[in-house]
Amino acid sequence: MTSSTRTAERPSNPSQEPQGSRRNKLAQRPLPPWTWVVVLVASAVVAAALAALFTDFHLGFVFVTTLVLFLVTSYVVTRSRAGRRKANDELCRNLVYTAFILALIPLVSLLWSVTSVGMRGLTEPGFLTSDMMGVSGTTDAESVQEGTSVQGGIVHALVGSLMITLAAAAISVPIGLLTSIYLVEYSRGGPLARAITFFVDVMTGIPSIVAGLFGVAAMSWFLGVLNQAGLISSSRSTMGITAAIALSVLMIPIVVRTTEEMLRVVPNELREASYAMGVRKWRTITKVVLPTAISGIASGVTLALARVFGETAPILVTAGFVVNVNWNLFQGWMTALPVYIYRQFQNPINPSLSEPSYQRAWAAALVLIFVVMMLNLIARIIAKVFAPKTGGR
Amino acid sequence: MPSTEEPQSSAATKNPRRRNGSADRSNPLVSGDKGGVAGDKVFNGLALAAGVTILLVLAFVAIFLTFNSVGAVYTEEEGLNLGAFFSYAYPLLLGSLMASAIALMIATPVAVGVALYLSHYAPPKLSRTIGYVIDLLAAIPSVVYGAWGMTFLAPALVPLYDVAHEYLDFIPFFAGTPSQTGRTVLTGGIVLSVMIIAIITAVSREIFMQTPKLHEEAALALGATKWEMIRTAVFPFARAGIISGVMLGLGRALGETMAVALVLSVGPLTFSLISSGNSTIPAEIALNFPEAPPGSERQAQLIAIGLVLFLITLVVNMIARWIVSRHKEFSGAN
Repeated sequence: MTSSTRTAERPSNPSQEPQGSRRNKLAQRPLPPWTWVVVLVASAVVAAALAALFTDFHLGFVFVTTLVLFLVTSYVVTRSRAGRRKANDELCRNLVYTAFILALIPLVSLLWSVTSVGMRGLTEPGFLTSDMMGVSGTTDAESVQEGTSVQGGIVHALVGSLMITLAAAAISVPIGLLTSIYLVEYSRGGPLARAITFFVDVMTGIPSIVAGLFGVAAMSWFLGVLNQAGLISSSRSTMGITAAIALSVLMIPIVVRTTEEMLRVVPNELREASYAMGVRKWRTITKVVLPTAISGIASGVTLALARVFGETAPILVTAGFVVNVNWNLFQGWMTALPVYIYRQFQNPINPSLSEPSYQRAWAAALVLIFVVMMLNLIARIIAKVFAPKTGGR
Repeated sequence: MPSTEEPQSSAATKNPRRRNGSADRSNPLVSGDKGGVAGDKVFNGLALAAGVTILLVLAFVAIFLTFNSVGAVYTEEEGLNLGAFFSYAYPLLLGSLMASAIALMIATPVAVGVALYLSHYAPPKLSRTIGYVIDLLAAIPSVVYGAWGMTFLAPALVPLYDVAHEYLDFIPFFAGTPSQTGRTVLTGGIVLSVMIIAIITAVSREIFMQTPKLHEEAALALGATKWEMIRTAVFPFARAGIISGVMLGLGRALGETMAVALVLSVGPLTFSLISSGNSTIPAEIALNFPEAPPGSERQAQLIAIGLVLFLITLVVNMIARWIVSRHKEFSGAN
């Protein structure tokens, strides 16, 4: 429409022509919007042809070549038709889209591989209800040679993960909650509060394996002290509670950060209304502030649980790994689900026939991802459903 | 009606009690609540104690690690022996830095690109969904990444390593015999990069979204293309945020254990990225700690490199926080 009126204007006003044509170049769209589709298809075809010529049609090669050809060609085409600035803009847009696709590839590949391989192991009878008692290299070899179902399950790992995670939550939620209450309600930015905030930030960056080492060191020191006092006679620090302590080092900072954020958004008017009625500070906090922020706190705690549930390294060095169910946090080794996966991959039950171990590991990984995703989903639902009514504010 | 009646009746039952003492009448709610005073004190004390506990825990982490790692550098018979520990630790440290450097080099451009896509290119509705998907990347446990890298990514990269060895042999990074399992430090770095993309993306997206709309529109009004707008308005505003996101990603990559322990087939230090070898500090600890007898010199050695790792990540994270806090002062003006 505009171009037709402009061409109609041009002959009637010849003196304006150079200016008009310059404006045209900026205003009109020199390339039709479907150009990129054509360029993409063309580069894909060329890449496929190249792949067929030089390699035996490697898909990765096709993908990378298509990408490079597309980026170069679309830059050249835009540059020749629309100028340097447009071409740069086009190139950067394509690069941004490429980055996005590149980031999705591993996610899709990972989810697909876990689901496709894991489903087979998960549907084996007794996978979710049995432990690894009696599973040895010979039973694994038999199941492969005779084509029977793979023995062994993850119930001991599920029990271990559940107990350790709950114990870690029992330690870190009260400490984290009370600390954030101290930060928000009691200290108005004093030096102690600033120190706590800073060191909580530092704690979020502690490598998980270091937390595990701390758990071991702290527990063996503690047991040594108790031994000298003659209270107990055991000095084995490898047990569930040690893992829970190590995990709470990782969990406390997450709980503090999310809870603090949630408490800060509770409107001050609510507190002041409560004080104005003569309610004491601690009653105000427990009856007014916490209920208002509870949805955010609960979702933050759930996210922290999800993070801790997937941790491997600290549990590996603190709680060890066993083959049978152990409900006792204070005695004996315990297996957690991530450690189970790690052990099945790293030390297959039958070193020469790793297939059954891998199958169990992938199935366990599927269960682990499922649990973690569910926790994430629950956190979002809690945050949405139980959010306080904003009252049209 | 019944709802209003109920409080009235309860007030009526309370009223006689209040009338009894004249002192209570002046401020009945406060002075009548003797239990509340104690409750206030206890609650305040608990909150303070919890805060102090956190500081104590962190102090204990440092103290215990230092105390337990003394055995690695000092023995009764030989005295102080820093050299042996140093020659044990430096290949691991270099391996850690190498894997993290690879991870950062891959992850930073991709993550900034994804963050830009989410904040400026994707349609807003789609962008929120994709934001969730990227958060999923962060939620997947590291052991699963390790398993994926070991069984799927490593074999897929073997042909690439062969090609790299054939044509790029003159570069020291691609010298040496390529690994036939693909479980090399480059594969480990790629797996790490996938893991830290989510962190860097989350931080960068947050900061991109905060770019002042007026700056962006001013740039567009001056005739800038979208990319020129991003370069002149978004990037200068977000630079500190991106850097701190990268530092946080670096901290995560340095401390990541399971992915590396599973992907890498560990060995002595080598600068070739495509042949097997190298190890990182966390992987070394995870692979050897369960077998190390408690209280032995070996365990002390492992705890000592754990302490080194702790100090490095501490410094990296503190620099990241410092950049963020310095940035806050400037952004106050916007």
